[in-house]
Amino acid sequence: MIRIDCPICGLRTETEFTYGADATVTRPAMDETATQPWVDYVFNRDNPRGWHLEYWHHVQGCRQWLVLERNTLTHEVGSCRLAREVDHEAS
Amino acid sequence: MKRLETGGRIDREAPLSVSFDGTALSAFQGDTLSAAMLASGVTVVGRSFKYHRPRGVYAAGVEEPNALVHLRDGARHEPNVRATTTEVFDGLTCTSQNAWPNLRYDIGAVNNLFSRFLSAGFYYKTFIGPFRNSTRFWMMCETFIRKAAGMGRGTYLEDPDSYEKRHVHCDVLVIGGGAAGLTAALAAGRAGARVILVEQDSELGGAILSDPVGSDADNWRISVTKELGGMDNVQILTRTTAVGAYDSDTFVLIERVSDHLKAPENHQPRQRFWQVHAKRAVLASGAIERPLIFGGNDKPGVMLAHAARSYLNRYAVLVGDTIIVATNNDTAYQAAFDLGTAGANVTLLDARQSVDAALLAEAKGAGVTVKTGHGVLAAHGRGRVSAVEIAPIDAGGRATGPISRVPCDTLAISAGWTPSVHLWTQRHGKPGFDDASALFLAAPKETDALQTAGSVNAVETLEEVITQGFAQGAEAAKQAGADGAAGICPAAFAARDWPHDPDVIWGVFTRDGKTKGKAFVDLQHDVKVSDIDQAHQEGYVSVEHLKRYTTTGMATDQGKLSNMNALSRMAEQRGLRVPEVGTTTFRPPFIPTAIGALVGHEHGQHFRPTRLSPMHQWHVEHGAKLTQAGAWMRPWYYPQSGETLTAAYIREAAHAREHVGIIDVSTLGKIAVQGPDAAEFLNRIYVNGWKTLQVGRLRYGVMLREDGFVMDDGATARLGENDYFMTTTTANAAKVLGFAEHLLQTAWKDLRVHVTTVTDQWGTIAVAGPKARTLLSKVSDADLNREAVPNNHFVTATIADSPVRIHRMSYSGELAYEVYIPAGFATRVWERLIDAGTEFDLSPYGTEAMGALRIEKGHVAGPEIEGRTTLKDLGLEGFAASKKPFVGSVLRQRPVLDDPTRPTLVGLEIEGQVGAKAGSLLFPLQGETQGHGDGWVSSTTYSPALGKYIALGLLNNGKQRLGETIRVVNFVGNETLQAKVTSHHFFDPEGERQNG
Ligand SMILES: [Zn+2]
Repeated sequence: MIRIDCPICGLRTETEFTYGADATVTRPAMDETATQPWVDYVFNRDNPRGWHLEYWHHVQGCRQWLVLERNTLTHEVGSCRLAREVDHEAS
Repeated sequence: MKRLETGGRIDREAPLSVSFDGTALSAFQGDTLSAAMLASGVTVVGRSFKYHRPRGVYAAGVEEPNALVHLRDGARHEPNVRATTTEVFDGLTCTSQNAWPNLRYDIGAVNNLFSRFLSAGFYYKTFIGPFRNSTRFWMMCETFIRKAAGMGRGTYLEDPDSYEKRHVHCDVLVIGGGAAGLTAALAAGRAGARVILVEQDSELGGAILSDPVGSDADNWRISVTKELGGMDNVQILTRTTAVGAYDSDTFVLIERVSDHLKAPENHQPRQRFWQVHAKRAVLASGAIERPLIFGGNDKPGVMLAHAARSYLNRYAVLVGDTIIVATNNDTAYQAAFDLGTAGANVTLLDARQSVDAALLAEAKGAGVTVKTGHGVLAAHGRGRVSAVEIAPIDAGGRATGPISRVPCDTLAISAGWTPSVHLWTQRHGKPGFDDASALFLAAPKETDALQTAGSVNAVETLEEVITQGFAQGAEAAKQAGADGAAGICPAAFAARDWPHDPDVIWGVFTRDGKTKGKAFVDLQHDVKVSDIDQAHQEGYVSVEHLKRYTTTGMATDQGKLSNMNALSRMAEQRGLRVPEVGTTTFRPPFIPTAIGALVGHEHGQHFRPTRLSPMHQWHVEHGAKLTQAGAWMRPWYYPQSGETLTAAYIREAAHAREHVGIIDVSTLGKIAVQGPDAAEFLNRIYVNGWKTLQVGRLRYGVMLREDGFVMDDGATARLGENDYFMTTTTANAAKVLGFAEHLLQTAWKDLRVHVTTVTDQWGTIAVAGPKARTLLSKVSDADLNREAVPNNHFVTATIADSPVRIHRMSYSGELAYEVYIPAGFATRVWERLIDAGTEFDLSPYGTEAMGALRIEKGHVAGPEIEGRTTLKDLGLEGFAASKKPFVGSVLRQRPVLDDPTRPTLVGLEIEGQVGAKAGSLLFPLQGETQGHGDGWVSSTTYSPALGKYIALGLLNNGKQRLGETIRVVNFVGNETLQAKVTSHHFFDPEGERQNG
């Protein structure tokens, strides 16, 4: 069981959160009409070994979506930021 | 085997009534069940797993592989209970397991003769068998073997006890209350850290409890325990086992609160599950003695040397009169000396060719005969060991000289000590191999929050154990932020050290390297040395495969005794060193754990929270039958006297179409969508357009998932300029909210919109039927005329002094309204409607009637919006705006989703007087009914309006098949019906009634 340091609520236990999805993908712009960018966004995922960025939702807390660094090999947890404060174009 | 007149930690003033297989045992307060058995001359405790060989007490702790019993009767009956860790209580009853008809004459013992067929890989090979074309014979054998093999039997009765959970935080968790754990807790406690000290025994002390009462060691234990007991910041948990070490700082402890009693007392739980978050933890879990391997090493009378010493010093039970101690290390001498001093005739066989002269002199003084360079080749005896074959052996453990037969009644064995690294490996993975001790040890990094101390590190001298425990405790406290002084480590007690340093010999073999007779590596799973050899011959190389193929280490003891010996044999066979073979991974729990403890209170009604409508109490008081809808309890139907579900829902649905009905729909998801960009947000998340919706109006909308499939539907009202009120289906409320939050916090950060759940803030009543307007006009101050409030409009009003919002929209197809009421006033408004409705013949209806009404209208619900259906499949494509992008707008147009032959929503008029079952498959009238058919039935009901059974279904190419007669096949009930394919709008397709 991991513990997540929510920027709003502090260090809380995993059971308060739900895993969202891969946080390294970027949603295409609303006016994107080509199929492939949407297919990539919805279906295509890397399966990295090591550090990874993931969305977690603090459903039983502040209801914020978080971007959490997690190591897929060791299950270690790194930084945790509010998704709304992560500049997605830069990542 | 006898109880001594003096000594031990038992209370001779407190004899207890304890029975095994109906026979009374000599037992005192302070005994374990195994001690009472040995004191009473019980030699055979149970029969083994596969071969039904008689087995006796082998150990004195959690590692016990043999002495497993059925404990207690009735609902508290528990199988596979280790007699060695069961504290006796007055009235304890237990029985042997795995024996039929009884322990002495066990029919299953013929498996012993079948052993050739039960060897390694038995599970994989049974159905192949050595005899071709003899499958039937093997099927018969399998039935027989399954019956005979196995562990204890469980009970089908409900557990009468309760279990509870605690979640706690501490600075330092110390696991193990032996010498190292005690000093670790002491140092951390003195430094001011919040400490939890866990000990699975009933008392603190660990191995010291096997030292004589009143010894220096015992006095040391008492003084340290006393100081710990006086510290408010140290919590001591005895009868508590740390069973799991998990990610980051999480540990799970199981506290056996009441297992030492006949039944829990004073409303205490039976067991308590502790989830501990510890900033630092010190693992001082000690070591477990390893058995020597030889033929017949499983016979009753064979036991671990220090188990024999423990029974002597702790329970005053001398396990034999003529004892042979067989070993490869010094520590067994300690046991031999104590047993000799207690009056047993002791001969010690040391596998090592040369032994320290001082030790030999000491043995002579203690009256113990020592033969160096000797080992036990085989143990013999019916029921109990009565003699052993001994032989001189070489450095590889092979017999080199003449074999002689020596009588004895007990064989005490020791092949060294295996550190209990289980929790460390649970947390950090494979242990490292330490060449100096030839053991797998924990390999903590300095940054690790889990430290280790004492015998678990193969530390040998007492001085080292104590100082290491103290140092690790002080370090843990410091790292956890406690800055007090730990002071000086309590001086070690005067005691002789017994270096572990075992010889590499782990078993005794014949000249050609075979065991003489069956020699067991894993006693609990009946895995023999020859099974390891066989697995090797069959090409097994990986230890993980070896484990599964032979099942060694897979029994309830998880290979606590067997692991190292199995690895040693594997290494020999492959011509490698043990570390090159590697070791398997330990997983939680460290000991078998009651499922009840893991469950705690979360079962039955308390499995998860139950959600109730604000009007729930009224429904209960008025005889509603309730049904579960996700976490909600909803009125299913309101039976009149003696009415069945079918009769009730048909009556309720027909009544609503004829007069007026009300239904509690408070479970609908409700989301406040607010902000200057709320309309833009709705425009993106719904397939239809929202920019034109005026204040005071509402609109039905459909949402897709990102992949283009339908996610949910519902109506959203515009309450104000920047204030919208969204409703979702009951089932998808949380999903829609979470999805909206995700989009607004990631991709649509530029939208100034806030979404909040208001589901629990509003009670909702749907009022449906030709007299709905008349009823609401009577109870409210609103003008509900057709012109004032057309469909998809709402007004605010007052009913029974409560502010309400009346939305005009219909799910039933009748003239209908939804009344939104602040939750606290909902029952009051409901009751007002009931009272005022008498003159209009109002009747409440439940979810079953609501289902009938919506199926008649062809509205989709959960069974149709099930994640695999598109707008087009459901006939909803007309809602999709063509000029704006929305969630799923691109991917819904993938060719495979646009295929006209996909299953599409149709109505089914069932022929005859029996309804279709949801999930039935649809087939053409002619041909085989095989495979998945042409579609399926999603929703089904009797239609009072049509006077027949109808259903909704998804049928391949459905739009082109209206009028066709098809078969509806229910393979589960083996029932075939015929149905006519129709439009899904069965009733009032033009919507004249709802627009009236
Ligand atoms: Zn939070």
